Amino acid sequence: MTEPQIYDRLTPIFRDVFLRDDLVLSDGLSAKHVPDWDSFKQIEIIIAVEREFAIKFRTREMDSLNNVGDLVRLIADKT
Amino acid sequence: MVELYWLPKIDDWRERLRRLGADGAPGEAVALANARLDATQTNALDTMVSRTGIAPHASGDTPVRLALLGSSTLTHLLPSIRVAGLRRGMRVDTYENDYGQYWQELADPGSALHRFAPTAVLLALDARHLASGIGAAANAAEIDTALGEVTQRIRACWRLARDSFAGPVIHQLALPVHPPLLGGNEHRLAGSRGAFIARLNAALRSMADAEGVDVLALDTRAARDGIAAWHNPELWHRAKQEVSPAAAPMYGELVMRLVAARRGRSYKVLVLDLDNTIWGGVVGDDGVEGLVLGQGSALGEAFADFQDYARELSRRGVILAACSKNDEANALEPFDRHPEMVLKRSDIASFVANWRDKPANLRAIADELNIGLDALVFVDDNPFERDLVRRELPMVAVPEVSDDPTNYAQTLADAGYFEAVAITDEDRARSGQYQSNRQRKALKATATDLGAYLRGLEMRLLWRRFDRVGLARTVQLINKTNQFNLTTRRYSEADVLAVMSDERAFGLQLRLLDRFGDNGIIGIVIGRLQDDGDLVIDTWLMSCRVLGRQVEPTTLNLVAAEARTLGARRLVGDYIPSAKNGMVRDHYPKLGFAACGEGPDQEPGPSSRYRLDLATFVARDTFVEVAEEPL
Repeated sequence: MTEPQIYDRLTPIFRDVFLRDDLVLSDGLSAKHVPDWDSFKQIEIIIAVEREFAIKFRTREMDSLNNVGDLVRLIADKT
Repeated sequence: MVELYWLPKIDDWRERLRRLGADGAPGEAVALANARLDATQTNALDTMVSRTGIAPHASGDTPVRLALLGSSTLTHLLPSIRVAGLRRGMRVDTYENDYGQYWQELADPGSALHRFAPTAVLLALDARHLASGIGAAANAAEIDTALGEVTQRIRACWRLARDSFAGPVIHQLALPVHPPLLGGNEHRLAGSRGAFIARLNAALRSMADAEGVDVLALDTRAARDGIAAWHNPELWHRAKQEVSPAAAPMYGELVMRLVAARRGRSYKVLVLDLDNTIWGGVVGDDGVEGLVLGQGSALGEAFADFQDYARELSRRGVILAACSKNDEANALEPFDRHPEMVLKRSDIASFVANWRDKPANLRAIADELNIGLDALVFVDDNPFERDLVRRELPMVAVPEVSDDPTNYAQTLADAGYFEAVAITDEDRARSGQYQSNRQRKALKATATDLGAYLRGLEMRLLWRRFDRVGLARTVQLINKTNQFNLTTRRYSEADVLAVMSDERAFGLQLRLLDRFGDNGIIGIVIGRLQDDGDLVIDTWLMSCRVLGRQVEPTTLNLVAAEARTLGARRLVGDYIPSAKNGMVRDHYPKLGFAACGEGPDQEPGPSSRYRLDLATFVARDTFVEVAEEPL
């Protein structure tokens, strides 16, 4: 799957998790840019992503995620 | 994956949620909660409802104030509990104790918990917390002591909650999160944490009954769904979430079912469509004879099984109703004369069959039963009817079901519509029926000699000549029965019809009833009169389920009587051995027939022929009463 395709499917997930339709995803977007993005929201995102893309993240992979770009590349690796 | 699969998917749910933010209609919030929501959608709906300040709750229904108390992270479960309340039109305010401080907050009258003043308390202690201090090195006595201490501590929590607050106390039974150390016989290792949790859950169940506490049986759910659906060890290590956030929507459902049940808000009536819901086919088109129901096909058995589940529900207090688009006479006919119907007309408290639309008829049913529409659950295989009812009567629960009746019962159970926390005498009295199999087994266990047991069964053998209603079952038995089958002759429908029209032959279908219920059609006999006055028993087969109950001599009495009616002087029976029918090799000698050489058939092996003189035959006394079954 190409990165633009992944962004297309990732955007509604983030908008639903934060219930913010003005959210625009970019490579560098991370928890410090989004007010509600705490550890619980992080888990919610991961679960929704696993469901959407039918993939599983390992513990080390979850630990390595620092921003949206990391997540997109990880998804690309697995799909 | 635990899904709320009985709820319908709503295609434009996302858009409607956003509009809810703008319009803020309480009814719309309830409608959006009644969809197949995943964890993200559940949280989004909860967030939207709290942003807009919508406060839906049924008039006269005070909001629920639920305190969730526990030893690990529970925050992620609160939105699902609130949304499960919203689904029922109930507003739920929630409270969560400071991390790990459940005991302190219960015990301290000045705590935030006491200021919250809950009207329901849910104690959700995680399995690792409960098994702390337990280890494989401990001996059985130490474990027993530890078990006693933990149960006493929990009872103290229950009593504090009960004495301090109004409303129900609910205890969450622990999830089986511990990997086993021994394996299948884990219970033999006293210090196993997994075995300890299993023992603790069992002890808490009986203690909860004594203390008036309801249990949230997560252990049972995990047994159904798999522990992986409920618990993700990664998330335990990461966030101390014992219940996986993915399972949160189901968790909220389970909690609010209990709260709703305590408030008398469980559903009370199961309304069943008829055609293709409780039997296969359309009775108006296919006729009673053409219905797919009962033994003879997997589909027919599945419909009968669903009927059985409905009847079991009625026996514990759920009211049954029927709502069918049909001429009433057609809809009633299977109840009157289809032999495989499990549900009887008398099981149905309100029977509505006509050509008006279903919402109108559901209103009529609610009126007749003098009960609210919000007490009705309506099961219909037809998606059009389901949609119509949901749109017209959103307060009626309409589970999503497929066209496969195999899963109807489990769907009703998973949806939890009829959650009940106690069984009253009134519930039981609602159906005067008894619980057949258990009593049958209990009788067998207590009867000291076989004669007393058989007499106590109060058996009745009901017989009918072959007929079109039983045709499918007759053909099926003839072609399927291998063991108790003297000749193993296979016949088609046309062959059976030929027997029906032959004046010199008879075909008997035998049904066995006993004081515990109906065993269904259990035997088939075909007799053909020969010119020499011999009545040849062409076919004699029986279901092995009724062996050892004197059905064979009773059947012989009946066959002899039928043969005499045709003017026969002797009965002639053949045994044709097959790979599977060795059990009936001595069938005829046991019944008093005399051997008279080889029978006519030599394939697959040499057959044996037996004779019984009707002039001297005396019907044997048995414990089975015989009667012709009325149509």
